Amino acid sequence: MAVLLIAEHNNKELRPFTLNAATAASQIDSDVHAVIIGQDTAEATKQLSELPVVKKILSVEAAHYENFTAENFAPVIVKLAENYSHIVCSANTFGKNLMPRIAAHLDTSQVSDIIKVISPDTFLRPIYAGNAFATIKSNDAKKCVTIRPTSFDPCESTGGSAPIEKVDASEEFSKTKFIKREEIKSDRPELGTARIVVSGGRGMQSGDNFKLITEIADKLGAAIGASRAAVDAGYISNDHQVGQTGKVVVPDLYIAIGISGAIQHLAGMKESKVIVAINKDGEAPIFSVADYGLEADLFEAIPQFMEELNKLNTIQK
Amino acid sequence: MKILVAVKRVIDYNVQIRVKEDGTGVVTDNVKMSTNPPDDNAIEEAVKIKEAGKATEVVAITVGEEKAQETVRKALAVGADRGIHVKADGILEPLAVSKILQKIVDKEKPDLVFMGKQAIDDDCNQTGQMLSALLNWPQATFASKIDVKDDKLEVTREIDEGLETIEINVPAIVTCDLRLNEPRYASLPNIMKAKKKPIEEIAASDLGVDVSPRLEQIKVEEPPKRKAGIKVANVAELVQKLKNEAKVI
Repeated sequence: MAVLLIAEHNNKELRPFTLNAATAASQIDSDVHAVIIGQDTAEATKQLSELPVVKKILSVEAAHYENFTAENFAPVIVKLAENYSHIVCSANTFGKNLMPRIAAHLDTSQVSDIIKVISPDTFLRPIYAGNAFATIKSNDAKKCVTIRPTSFDPCESTGGSAPIEKVDASEEFSKTKFIKREEIKSDRPELGTARIVVSGGRGMQSGDNFKLITEIADKLGAAIGASRAAVDAGYISNDHQVGQTGKVVVPDLYIAIGISGAIQHLAGMKESKVIVAINKDGEAPIFSVADYGLEADLFEAIPQFMEELNKLNTIQK
Repeated sequence: MKILVAVKRVIDYNVQIRVKEDGTGVVTDNVKMSTNPPDDNAIEEAVKIKEAGKATEVVAITVGEEKAQETVRKALAVGADRGIHVKADGILEPLAVSKILQKIVDKEKPDLVFMGKQAIDDDCNQTGQMLSALLNWPQATFASKIDVKDDKLEVTREIDEGLETIEINVPAIVTCDLRLNEPRYASLPNIMKAKKKPIEEIAASDLGVDVSPRLEQIKVEEPPKRKAGIKVANVAELVQKLKNEAKVI
């Protein structure tokens, strides 16, 4: 039986992580179908049909799908699940909200946030915020799997021409009403998906000093992170917190400034591709995970760092 | 309005996890355990709603081994009125826990069920949504703000793109984000008082729910270790390495 991928979109276009989820789905079985549920999704559906790994599209449209409410999405996917061995989607807030609702209706134990497909029934997933990896085999007839997007490359986005089949909408779930969505508009990339993250810790000593972090982040086109200690001290709001109880980030470059490297912080950033630590305590645990460590007073090092960056002709963004 | 709050006992977030040498799991013997952090936010919110006169009773529940009861006792010390401990040993998957909670909901008939958005041990992020599906109730996951309006809740949810606000009819499930509130500490007098509050013990086997695992944990291993890095002498060398060696800027 084929794999059913749940496409994520904003009604106008596909969200990029759908391409990563499609790659994971194609590693489970080469026969990948995708369902797209929404309202006026013609353009997003066309984009989906162009993914070469997707062999068939199921399109479900109705006004009550406009805001992606899990209570509305689940019944139609549960019905479609009859014909599929696996239901796959990204483990971002969309998929996290939706998939368990489907799994419970199917009486299936979900496998969350996988980072590797070992075989069609066996997956690798991080537990304890990535401090351990578990190999999990699912013995359920139907498998509900969410995938960590950053662990799979995006699939090709052009060249395919999957046929599109219309599917009837399910009834509206009237007990949940969408009111509004406030998308954070910022020139800065989002912490969870940024290519570069610059983080400050308690070593910053004050909220005011965090503007030093902001300057570097602006220069590098980076997101701003913080340790729990910096958040608890009130230097910065907690939506910047990186760590086990904050966000888990995997950027190409993570710069930790004035962060000692508590376990709870390391759990949120140690999978980053390149890690830089700037700290005046040479024994700080952060150096044990850093590719490049600089033992220095950050108040001297940051201005020098800006100066050196300014000397570069080009900076990748 | 009655609020049922589910709490889970997990390894404390400040503890360095050690993987067992035989690959069967992580070491939990002699390791500090605590309430799952966002479950503390769930309790706090329920107690605040009661203090605001919008709820009449807060019931804390946990599912698990003998010692899991500590988390219920802690909830009682910060304001829950009574507790329920569903006793079950071994690995309990979120599907099994949600089926147990469904049975308790049938019996207790709460108007709201709160819990943390995710447990920091298995990181599944499933139980609230599954319970909501089994009950066919509305769900508000990753809640960072809750307004109780008669028989409706207005909930702000933390989503990847920013914030989303929804309105759900009671009865409903809410899973709580860390940003929802600042959990209080239990005062000594309240810890003493909590010892007298009742905790009902129920054997999971008496609930008529199949809780046997569907997933096989083949092995648990340490994540790949990072290659040891180098110390650079100065900022100029650092920037040069990032530019020319790591090629990330």
